[in-house]
Amino acid sequence: MRTTNTFIGSPVERIEDLRFLRGKGQYVDDLSPHGMLHAAILRSAVAHGRIRSIDASAALARPGVRAVITAADIGPTVPRIPLRQEPLPVLTRFEQPVIAHGKVRYVGEPIAVVVADSAAIAEDALEAIALDIESLPVVADHRRSAAEDVLLFDENGTNLAIELTGVMGDADAAFRDAPYVRRERFRVQRHTAVPMEPRGLLAEWDSKAGRLKVSGAVKVPFAIRKVLSTQLSVAEDRIEMVENDAGAGFGVRGEFYPEDFLIPFAARFVGGSVKWIEDRREHLLATNHAREIECELEIACARDGAILALRGHGEIDMGAYIRTNAVTPGRNVVQVISGPYRIPNIHVTTALRMTNKTPVGTYRGPGRFEADFFRERLIDMAAQDLGIDRVEFRRRNLVAASEMPYSLPTVLPYDMNSECDSGDYQITLDRCLQEFGWAEKSALQGRLIDGRYHGIALGCYIEGGASGPKENARLVLDADGMVSVYVGSSAVGQGLETVLAQIAADALEIPMDRISGVFHGSTAYIHEGFGSYGSRSVVMGGSAILAAATRLREAIRVAASKRLGCAAADIEIADGGAARAPDGKTVALAELAGDGLSGEGSYASNKRTYSYGAHAAHVAVDPGTGHVALIDYMAVEDVGRIINPETLHGQTVGAIVQGLGGTFLEHLVYDADGQLLTGSLADYLMPTMSDFPNIRAVALEVHRSPNNPLGAKGAGEGGIIPVAGVIANAVASALSSLGVQPRELPLTPPRLWHLIDAARARSAPSAR
Amino acid sequence: MPIRFEVNGRQVSVEVEPRMTLADCLRHLLRLTGTHVGCEHGVCGACTVIVDGAAVRSCLMLAVQAEGTRVVTVEGLSSDDALSPLQASFRKHHALQCGFCTPGMITTAHALLSDEPDADAARIRDVLSGNLCRCTGYIPITEAVLEARAAYRKPGSGQR
Repeated sequence: MRTTNTFIGSPVERIEDLRFLRGKGQYVDDLSPHGMLHAAILRSAVAHGRIRSIDASAALARPGVRAVITAADIGPTVPRIPLRQEPLPVLTRFEQPVIAHGKVRYVGEPIAVVVADSAAIAEDALEAIALDIESLPVVADHRRSAAEDVLLFDENGTNLAIELTGVMGDADAAFRDAPYVRRERFRVQRHTAVPMEPRGLLAEWDSKAGRLKVSGAVKVPFAIRKVLSTQLSVAEDRIEMVENDAGAGFGVRGEFYPEDFLIPFAARFVGGSVKWIEDRREHLLATNHAREIECELEIACARDGAILALRGHGEIDMGAYIRTNAVTPGRNVVQVISGPYRIPNIHVTTALRMTNKTPVGTYRGPGRFEADFFRERLIDMAAQDLGIDRVEFRRRNLVAASEMPYSLPTVLPYDMNSECDSGDYQITLDRCLQEFGWAEKSALQGRLIDGRYHGIALGCYIEGGASGPKENARLVLDADGMVSVYVGSSAVGQGLETVLAQIAADALEIPMDRISGVFHGSTAYIHEGFGSYGSRSVVMGGSAILAAATRLREAIRVAASKRLGCAAADIEIADGGAARAPDGKTVALAELAGDGLSGEGSYASNKRTYSYGAHAAHVAVDPGTGHVALIDYMAVEDVGRIINPETLHGQTVGAIVQGLGGTFLEHLVYDADGQLLTGSLADYLMPTMSDFPNIRAVALEVHRSPNNPLGAKGAGEGGIIPVAGVIANAVASALSSLGVQPRELPLTPPRLWHLIDAARARSAPSAR
Repeated sequence: MPIRFEVNGRQVSVEVEPRMTLADCLRHLLRLTGTHVGCEHGVCGACTVIVDGAAVRSCLMLAVQAEGTRVVTVEGLSSDDALSPLQASFRKHHALQCGFCTPGMITTAHALLSDEPDADAARIRDVLSGNLCRCTGYIPITEAVLEARAAYRKPGSGQR
């Protein structure tokens, strides 16, 4: 029997790579069942309007067109897409119908679905649909939304979906008595995940059996099935959701979108198989956007730098509908505004306002990326005002290990609470300073070298993970003595199969190559699954596998004891795929498999895990162009327990680069008419290989989570959370001699150039 | 219209519409689904294949333009027995996550190293900057391609 884990903690090479590297992955567009038809979707070209008429007769008359589906075909009531997270009656008023009827509220909203023999015929036929839409005034930003002179939903009487509040202590009282306060206004631009594979679905309707199979499901297939079952009036056990390989998720893929109803509906409508693959322009219009918020935040401090209170308000541009998880970013902003710091008095609100733009949802580090940008910027400003070193200022305010578990602000009206589970935040700060070379690099601070201003900065963060409520797993001993792992977690390209195989092999005390596969996501594998979101898969799925492994080991012992004539407790499971009695007699697991051995296990918890860390950056700013070069970036995190250092490192570095994209490049730009101006990857700029080559990351496992048997913490999102705050602070430090303070993202060369120019004009008006 | 070209060492004849892209032809007619389509406007590089030795975006090339050419896709750079040195290096360096951009990375890197087995990190970044990856942050991809260079150096050619 092994006394230590063999695979957990090892940089095991990924199982998935063997197919991905050979071009043998199977993504949804790789499926082409015989007789399959293709769907294309007519989307609104106006941001706000009343639909007067839709005439599809010319499209329907085209050769190869099988059907054109509009709201009229769907029924007397058009289903709406329910909230998956944080549902409240006040929010359901703003849910999205699966297809536009009566009104259109954003450019890209589905109006009709064409089903045809080929994707090309379907796309061509879209142009033949005669559409008469009366344009209405457009609500293009949160200010116009708040003015309430134009309503997206007349029947609701307001554009304000909800206001959320994060509260702790008595912020107003603390501000009244505080010796130092500062208030600032910040803005984060609309941008989003943009996974490399666009979304897609293949729905196969079996008319005879009355059964539906939907491929392309991911993230939360069981939750999708439940909604689909209600909307289509087809029993859940007659719907099979199949999870294929998925070209990454980052929060946006796999939520219930209009197409998740429309394509299955179309398949039933035509009585066959229908595939829809989103194109890239469609993706940028139809898949969730994220991050757009303007926030005023105020900090109160004692003279010694102790933070006494935070108070503020954010205006979130929600787009046209409240989608499945649209409330989560606003919730997170008010819940993690204090981050890893001890801030006894907090009152922060977010107003979720409807606008005529693509609806928003979660994108990796939802609300956390934004909140950290606001807080870390404000901390640097306060430290400078108070004449306290930035590192020392943070050190003074970090929650101490002795204060764990540490409560975060309560989120109203949900009465939602969460607490940091464990950790010593000084450890990652110290290690980050050391790895980064803070002391040496401090000499460069603010200096102009070869025409560029150099600056360094750091920031601290927490990452909530392991979202509940539960996960299920089933381990089956196969006829060949191998073990199959079935789990309700979902793979979005993060290496789930490898990591869960490591956990299963260690729990069963068998070599990894005796795990025949990790089968995830699809509804056929398990009775109930909860999927992958909120950095939950390793903790929740992994813990369920531990429970299932205990059951399977017990079943193996009992079966072996009968054959070997000893007590079940005396049976050992040997590495070679056999069960062994104390007298040395063995029986092969393959032989025991005839007994039909399996183990089911569950893990339930609503307590989040909190990874934490510190990042530091060194930038050089060219004042002539506003260009920022990233000279060095260092990330240190404590994730409790590392299952696979390589996959973890990949999550961290990948998330940092995504965060750099959001900080410097990515922007979904709209005009005043609600038209998206960045509808291609030539306009929506993402990081490329030559942009940010200098990134380092160190992961620690110092403080395990007390909340799950693995001791692991969710770790898929932490890398992105502090990036904008750290970078903006580094830029401010570099330009400190000019007094430039970036308050808005993205930090594009033109934006910085204007800030530099304005600062120079202020400091030397006579020279101009 | 009918076209003939070579794919992964095999002569193929297919009937295509003049407007069909090479990417769609490879994926949907020849069932070589390792070539991925990420943007259909030549920015993301996921659909990169090798045409007569050069890395080409198959979403920006019409299938009819492939007439008489030699096309190599990711499947043509793979064997069921073992990973190629380039593929093994990608695996070792964790240079992929979701796998969607990977075939384009492999074909582009293969074309580069076939011509320039001594490409340095800056050159590799420059060439591969036309291929978007949203998962890895690119750093491990650079490392993987750097390490794979050795396998492309011809023994006795004097190249190091």
